[in-house]
Amino acid sequence: MRTLTRHRLFWPIAALVALVVINTLSRPSFLSVTVNDGELYGSLIDILRNSAPLMLVGIGMTLVIATRGIDLSVGAIIAISGAVALSYIANSGSPESLVTVATGIGLGIGVSLVLGLWNGFLVSVIGIQPIIATLVLMLAGRGIAMLITQGQITTITSGPYDFIASGYVFGLPVPFYISVVAVVAAALLVRRTAFGVLLEAVGINPAASRLAGIKSRGIIWIVYGFSGLLAGAAGIIYSSNISAADANNAGLNVEVDAILAVVIGGTSLAGGKFMLSGTVIGVLIIQTLTATVTFLGVPPAVTPLFKAIVVIVVCLLQSPKVRQLLTKRRKPTPRAERTETVKVSAAA
Amino acid sequence: MKKLMGMLAMAGAVALVLTGCAAGDAGSASGGGADGSPIKVGFSQVGAESGWRSANTASLKDALSDANGFKMTFSDAQQKQENQIAAIRSFITQGVGAIVFAPVVETGWDDVLKEAKDANIPVILQDRAVDSDPSLYTTRVGDDFEKEGETAGKYVADTFNGKKANLVVLEGTTGSSAANDRTTGFNKAIAGTDINVLDSLTGNFTRAEGKTVMEGFLQKYGKTINVLFAQNDDMGLGALDAIKAAGLTPGKDIQIVTIDATKDGLTALSTGEFNYVVECNPLLGDKVADVVKKVVAGESVDKLYVADDQAFDQAQATVALPTRKY
Repeated sequence: MRTLTRHRLFWPIAALVALVVINTLSRPSFLSVTVNDGELYGSLIDILRNSAPLMLVGIGMTLVIATRGIDLSVGAIIAISGAVALSYIANSGSPESLVTVATGIGLGIGVSLVLGLWNGFLVSVIGIQPIIATLVLMLAGRGIAMLITQGQITTITSGPYDFIASGYVFGLPVPFYISVVAVVAAALLVRRTAFGVLLEAVGINPAASRLAGIKSRGIIWIVYGFSGLLAGAAGIIYSSNISAADANNAGLNVEVDAILAVVIGGTSLAGGKFMLSGTVIGVLIIQTLTATVTFLGVPPAVTPLFKAIVVIVVCLLQSPKVRQLLTKRRKPTPRAERTETVKVSAAA
Repeated sequence: MKKLMGMLAMAGAVALVLTGCAAGDAGSASGGGADGSPIKVGFSQVGAESGWRSANTASLKDALSDANGFKMTFSDAQQKQENQIAAIRSFITQGVGAIVFAPVVETGWDDVLKEAKDANIPVILQDRAVDSDPSLYTTRVGDDFEKEGETAGKYVADTFNGKKANLVVLEGTTGSSAANDRTTGFNKAIAGTDINVLDSLTGNFTRAEGKTVMEGFLQKYGKTINVLFAQNDDMGLGALDAIKAAGLTPGKDIQIVTIDATKDGLTALSTGEFNYVVECNPLLGDKVADVVKKVVAGESVDKLYVADDQAFDQAQATVALPTRKY
């Protein structure tokens, strides 16, 4: 039991299970998954589907944070990616054509990759602090997206584009497959090649890793490019979900959610060792929390407070210091006995 | 180093003189207008959260154009009050002739409105209302949100005349007068009927949140939901996807009533996916321009101008759709 509670993923998973239990107690239908025309349907499926954009962004953010960096521009990149893809498809005149949709997606993700590489250039070559370098795009990015959509919400009706967020394959939603592919690809990249080790080395001690012959510049550059690419893919899913490019609201505050997911998952913001599996759990916690708000019927005015309390509790549970305090209090059992005997004698 | 300090001091002094001049200019010209020079207008818009908003922005930009004798500065608050307060302060320092703004929420405007009043700049509220003392602003041009809610509620009450029905509500941005008043009006109209409000949560007037919250409602209440009241078209459109994904037919299994009547909303109405749409006219630009001209010329104006709102059922939508501008 003790080794179990000491496992780094124990508390995040416990929090996720607790959220699921609370929802199920309030309404047992939370766990039910039914089949509608060969498509699985239920709250849990909704959570898997809706978590895809945050999952992609969270993976990128984990790798960036592992290098002691941070990427604040992901929300803006989501908005730009959706704006580029939808503007192209809307102006093409053939929104139902597979080629048009594929080109639109390619353009959206391509632009996002370039923006990510731009961030990487600022951080690794110019040497600007990551928080400042990516802040530039975070602030300017929404402006760029607004320019592309001309301040309007661009909407399209396109079957193939709609499929990305609303389609089903073998009974499961398409976005779920996209996030699985992204997680597996990232895990293979960092755990089956030397890339992960190099990444942690750069994060733990940049100077030592440079002396050891690691080209940290290239690694940091790649990581920001990767983050931009994933944010671009998230932007495509997000805009497909509503068939609209909303420059103001797409991916709003997603950078905060992504950083939160990474931290809840047990990766330190100080860089170095990172846990992709932790981030996956963190993303699921955040998405389940959103579902919980609706399920418990938390009034809109107190929703932010409710979310904050849950997040604080999870973070506290994870902190080694707090856990130490909790276990310390429980340990001294002899003292408890003594007070009991005192009570008895007083009663006698 | 000394040299540098000297240069900085010089630059500072020059800047002081310059700003002094600018303030003086603005004071004497008081935003223009009287002598035929263009009227300087600062317009702070809520954001671009919905199709309605885009139409509203376009209408104001057209009406307050250079050709009509205005010089408009546009500021997009991206749905944040602090951005809007900052924009209004900057309009005051620029010394505009009039400030037009669509308050994102109802409360918290007293200070900045006082500042505008002290600077003798008339403030014209456009679209939404504020709860500040009416003496702090000149007039409001907008829609009667409470009446819109009431019209929507009346339709629901009449449709389910005497029958039991379960209703869910997608509210607008928490704290906005549009959301508050539509809720009040709607509840007034369905009071005393057998309509049971299961749940009412915010979808923030956006498609994405409308969809997510509706998904939650469907998981929670399943097929017991009979009616959805979405406080704008976009949330209703987002909810459509969620309802279809649940294997239900929007417009039949779940009746949908929305407010706004944008082109997208009326399209959904004419194809039978929505059941009733109450109009909230976004084309307020001409009225605003008219009022600004009167105020700057010193003429007296009413405290409130209410736009004419219609309501559409499915047949009326099909007729109105081809000529719909927004």
